[in-house]
Amino acid sequence: MEKWIIILLGVAVLAAVFLSPFASTKPDGLERVAEDKGFLERGEEPQVVNSPIPDYAVPGIKNEKLATSIAGLVGVIIVAALGFGLGAILKKKEKIQ
Amino acid sequence: MHIPDGFLNAETWVTMDVVAGLGVAYAIKKTKTSLGERQIPLMGVMAAFIFAAQMLNFPVAGGTSGHFIGGVMAAVLLGPWAATLVMSTIFIVQCLLFQDGGLTALGANIFNMGIIGTVLGYYIYRGIGIFFGSKKGLFWGVGIASWLAVVLAATFCSIELAFSGTVPLRVALPAMAGVHAFIGIGEAIITVGVIRLILKARPDLLQRYA
Repeated sequence: MEKWIIILLGVAVLAAVFLSPFASTKPDGLERVAEDKGFLERGEEPQVVNSPIPDYAVPGIKNEKLATSIAGLVGVIIVAALGFGLGAILKKKEKIQ
Repeated sequence: MHIPDGFLNAETWVTMDVVAGLGVAYAIKKTKTSLGERQIPLMGVMAAFIFAAQMLNFPVAGGTSGHFIGGVMAAVLLGPWAATLVMSTIFIVQCLLFQDGGLTALGANIFNMGIIGTVLGYYIYRGIGIFFGSKKGLFWGVGIASWLAVVLAATFCSIELAFSGTVPLRVALPAMAGVHAFIGIGEAIITVGVIRLILKARPDLLQRYA
């Protein structure tokens, strides 16, 4: 498993860091429908949580692409850690003989 | 299609939070009795991969973009319940850290993409696989289930919006299903592509749930 894990994780990190700044910035399906059908403003009220990295752009970093790259890196690391952790906690317990 | 706070009324988002909560609790229970040691790294990797992929919006017809969901891909590799947990983890991080999806809407987002798009998608994939048999069934199953996962998630989203009085169903449903029919093609292509690669390089990863 080891080498494969590293390769796949590497791909995820590379994608999040180097590809995400070039992702399409057009509104996604739901946003587009909300715009067209007139309910987008409802989603523009202040959200319940004030997130530290809203919209995948690290605040305070002037270069937008860099801000997105760092957001991607942070996100990938955190979810990978959580995924691993969850797996470790939830794995099937072997019966102790 | 992460729903922000404000699109759903209280009755709807509270209901969806409860439903998603029950779904996730059930997923935890099922995962505890089935997750093997060898799959632990796969959970981390899938989470990383799907999170990254969800950041990569791709343009679809006229001024709109779509993003990958990844629920079916995760389910084929991890089984539907562990996959639900991976997807839920991603949605929670996206909501809290990146403001992608509202906190009140988290239940709806987990339900639409993590349960409908993941668990139901998985059983559609299995059904098709059983129907066709062998490798052909695997790829058709993966492709169709991935596409349906996106369209069905969008459908349930429309229903939630309609119940909330935000937009009538006869307006929301065709619009949402329509654009997501295109986005779903992207989902199918990506998912089939990844599964093909894995089948070539590590077919043992597909043994348990294929």
